[in-house]
Amino acid sequence: MKYAAKKLAALLATMLAVSFLAFAAFQVVAGDPATDRLGTEATPQRVAELRHEMGLDRPFLVQYGSWLGGFVTGDPGQSYSGGPVADLLSARLPVTLTLSLMAFALTLALALPLGLRSVRRGGRLEGAVNTVANQFLMALPPFFTGILLTWLFSILLHWFRHGAFPGFGADVGGSLWYLLFPAVALAIPRVAQTVRMLRSTVLAEMDKDYVRTAIARGNDRSGVLYRHVLKNSLVPVVTFLAQTMAEIVAGSIVVEQVFNLPGLGRLLLTSISGRDYPTVQAIVVILALWVVLANTAADLINRFIDPRLGGART
Amino acid sequence: MKTLQKAVRAHRNACFIAGCIITGVLLALILLGAVWTPYDPTAMRGSETLLPPSFTHLFGTDNFGRDIFSRVLKGAGFTALVAGGTVAIGGLFGTLIGALTGYFGGAVDEALMRLNDTITAFPSILLALVCVAVFGSGKYQVLLVLGIVFIPSFARVSRTAFAALRDANFVQSARLMGAGSARILFVHMLPNTLHILLPALTIGFNNAVLAEASMSFLGLCGQPPEASLGALLSEAQGMFVTAPWYALCSGGMIVALIFGVGLIGEGLQDGRGDRNA
Amino acid sequence: MKQRILAGFLATLLCAALSGCGGGSSASGSTGGQSTGGNSPVPAADSITVGISQDLDESLDPHLTVSAGTREVMFNVFEGLVKPTPDGDLIDAVASHHEVSADGTVYTFTLREGVTFHNGAAVSVDDVVWSIERCADADEGKSPLVEAFSAIQSVKATDEKTVVITLNTAESEFLASLTTAILPKDYDAQATAPVGTGPFKFISRVAGDSIALERFDGYWGEKPALKNVTFKIFESGDAMVLALQSGALDLCAHLTPTQAAQLGDGFQVLNGTMNLVQALYLNNAVKPLDDLRVRQALCYAVDKQQVIDLAGDGTGKPLGSSMYPAFAKYFDDSVTDYYTQNLEKAKTLLAEAGYPNGFDLTITVPSNYQPHVDTAQVLVEQLKAVGVNAKIELVDWSTWVSRVYTDRNYQSTVVGVDASSMTGRAMLERFTSGYGKNFVNYANAEYDALFKQAQLVSGAGDDAELVNLYKQLQENLAANAANVYLQDLGDLVAVRAGLDGYRFYPIYVMDLSGVKAG
Repeated sequence: MKYAAKKLAALLATMLAVSFLAFAAFQVVAGDPATDRLGTEATPQRVAELRHEMGLDRPFLVQYGSWLGGFVTGDPGQSYSGGPVADLLSARLPVTLTLSLMAFALTLALALPLGLRSVRRGGRLEGAVNTVANQFLMALPPFFTGILLTWLFSILLHWFRHGAFPGFGADVGGSLWYLLFPAVALAIPRVAQTVRMLRSTVLAEMDKDYVRTAIARGNDRSGVLYRHVLKNSLVPVVTFLAQTMAEIVAGSIVVEQVFNLPGLGRLLLTSISGRDYPTVQAIVVILALWVVLANTAADLINRFIDPRLGGART
Repeated sequence: MKTLQKAVRAHRNACFIAGCIITGVLLALILLGAVWTPYDPTAMRGSETLLPPSFTHLFGTDNFGRDIFSRVLKGAGFTALVAGGTVAIGGLFGTLIGALTGYFGGAVDEALMRLNDTITAFPSILLALVCVAVFGSGKYQVLLVLGIVFIPSFARVSRTAFAALRDANFVQSARLMGAGSARILFVHMLPNTLHILLPALTIGFNNAVLAEASMSFLGLCGQPPEASLGALLSEAQGMFVTAPWYALCSGGMIVALIFGVGLIGEGLQDGRGDRNA
Repeated sequence: MKQRILAGFLATLLCAALSGCGGGSSASGSTGGQSTGGNSPVPAADSITVGISQDLDESLDPHLTVSAGTREVMFNVFEGLVKPTPDGDLIDAVASHHEVSADGTVYTFTLREGVTFHNGAAVSVDDVVWSIERCADADEGKSPLVEAFSAIQSVKATDEKTVVITLNTAESEFLASLTTAILPKDYDAQATAPVGTGPFKFISRVAGDSIALERFDGYWGEKPALKNVTFKIFESGDAMVLALQSGALDLCAHLTPTQAAQLGDGFQVLNGTMNLVQALYLNNAVKPLDDLRVRQALCYAVDKQQVIDLAGDGTGKPLGSSMYPAFAKYFDDSVTDYYTQNLEKAKTLLAEAGYPNGFDLTITVPSNYQPHVDTAQVLVEQLKAVGVNAKIELVDWSTWVSRVYTDRNYQSTVVGVDASSMTGRAMLERFTSGYGKNFVNYANAEYDALFKQAQLVSGAGDDAELVNLYKQLQENLAANAANVYLQDLGDLVAVRAGLDGYRFYPIYVMDLSGVKAG
């Protein structure tokens, strides 16, 4: 319990630091929301008026304080581009969330069986092919794969209509189908990485004395694999998967751009270029929370798997 | 089990060699590109726009009639420079911080790891944008920015490696023999962490290539006409139907770069477990 | 097995890609064309999706609209007492006819019978008076929402059908400002659920994603053929092209020639012009650009036609000053070739100015406008020939507005400048010294004097003299090389085959009321 409380406190501290940093970041970026909104109508006088109206002329800490006050009470404020930030987020979050979970599920579904198989069947040639294929797939940047997938499946085969993401409100099935393509682009290098990770972790574990002894005693190899080795390999694998989850979300920012998906990543980019700080701020906090939660979850799962771990970090 | 290990080692060696060959060829091309390209990469020829690959233009030409092969060479140089610089900065400082915190532990360790968490949790795109806004988006600025961003991940790997050796026999005996901390860290421990650190560097390099490519793909890095591979790819995306070779050549170059270095990293890992940067 | 499937899939992908590559441009081009034409969904007869490149302003209230992109879309929703036509004329809209007094100071409008707002309320003289007064309001030192309305002395409804606007002094271009939207007086949701009198009514908006309009069946004029129009936002023009090809979009304006070339037979690409002045705008107040000879040297170094050909595939119209051809009356074509490329002359001028070896020039370009980025790249190449070492600095739009436009902290920039209303003043006042939007810091006493005179002449209603003065102003800008004038960019509009009736306007709007399935 004490451990959980400590974790929670660390989590909160991290989030606070992230949100403060993000807020401070806007102070150094050129351009501000007022000039952006006025565009070529901007004159120093009108900019000053608008800045006052938007509360941007208040001291930095006051602005941060009022934002933080709003955020913790559940109100992330008004977007400078219209409407409450909460509305914008609730429209965009499901897209990114679904995309990320889909890519993660694909990664797990493909990587776990493939990884285990590559451990059990270790012919020389196959091992080499595996390694090379793995390295190649790992080298495929999602945005490049995304372009190729779009070209093949949208332009040539018409399996999906690029740019016509229907949205979950309109068509759940169609939306999931559309998301499958960016999810594949995101998942390909992750599958390869996870297979490789699994393989080397399990092989290293199988090299240990207790496993050798068990096999020498005549125990069935796959029995040993499933009963002992896997369990003991789980900790680094879980940590790795948490990292993968976080990286998938980061990758989705670029992939959303390639597939023109109305997700958080695209909203983040347009909000940054539009200097829509309340929106940027909220997205940053959500993305950071995602990363921190994934890591914390991995920690907790690992403690559950292997209580010896204590508070140690890997 | 033994045979399996052997097989793994054998093909890892093959990987290492193959990786070195691929990377060597690419590096040679990049170095060549630094001093000589078949055409001026920015010279425009209105009569030669969007030509498909041929012997005069190996990778064809773009919409301004610029030679894509020359642009890809320069772009690869840009990307490799940024990625290499990133790994140099990130690797150097990351290893140093990781070594110190891993070896000494304590409150500083805890604080630094917490800071690590914060930086890792901060969306990299935003971090990049802010830094670009402050420092500018030239290649050296981006190199510096990415280098700093990469410090935490290297620090984490190196910290784990050093922490694992902290109580190893040879370290304790060195300590007993009165070796100073610096000597223990860098003479005794460092060589024994290389099997973890070197592969981490190759993975770091690849992540840096990806990060740079993503950033320039989003237009956050580099100034035209100077273009990195990511910027070329982003440009090429818009003419995929009329000039697919453009996207394939620039994207293919990114893949080749990562693939080659990835194979080297694979080969460096001599089957003693795995660490990811 | 799965690994192999994956590998096989990837191999197929690469083979397919490579075969497309080997096939050469013509082959792959026609493949794209066929598949688009053959398989793409024909738009439902009365609803289309239009791609736009940026989200609209936060407020959709037309009086508060500042961005050109918002005005462009909302042109379909709002109308003023008069409205522009594709030919650049003004015709009566909410008013059925108008009269101007002999001295040019009294405008009398008779409201059209049966004009209603989208919410069903009839347009009354009160609404008209309120709308105009709102935009003329200059209380507490505020600048009026419509600048030209500062000339208004009074707005009165003389009876149920008549509105009289009295000006302080006559102004021959005043009518153009009355395209200002007429809005219902007692309606306070204009920002989020705008209500006007135009051919389309606003239905809904998803911020950052789309805007939906629907045909207004109570429209006084000819009703549009389309029932539903959805504007969908695509930040990247390339993504827009893919969406056109995939069938997700039916119509898209402002494509680059490269983008338009990606579209196959399934589309008709219409050629117009953007109605703006694209130039290498020079900060006349910083060294070395404060030297006339240096600016002229830059003009002589540049080959406009090559810029147009390379960056715009020959679709733009060359310009020589701050006026574009859509202003048929004022446009002075004789200054277009004031400078023709002459590298020797450019070098001589640079040497005279003390820069025999050229100098370093930074060109700040807003990164979200590909045509400007492309143009800048061509300019960098051209300037090399006279030793000017130009470097492009890409910045995002916000940074551009604050650094270049507002703070004027830059050397040179490539952008397009347009007119918010169809008046010569809107184009030329910008370059008077001391004017708030004079972002190039052009300061020329003769220019200021000419402009002042033009104001007076405009007040006196002497149209011929006004035209003459506006032409002199253009020549002044050219002679003093205020900027390196380039072109009125080509505007390529892709329309799905089977749709027609799209019309270009001399101002930056997208009129969908005439579009129909052919």
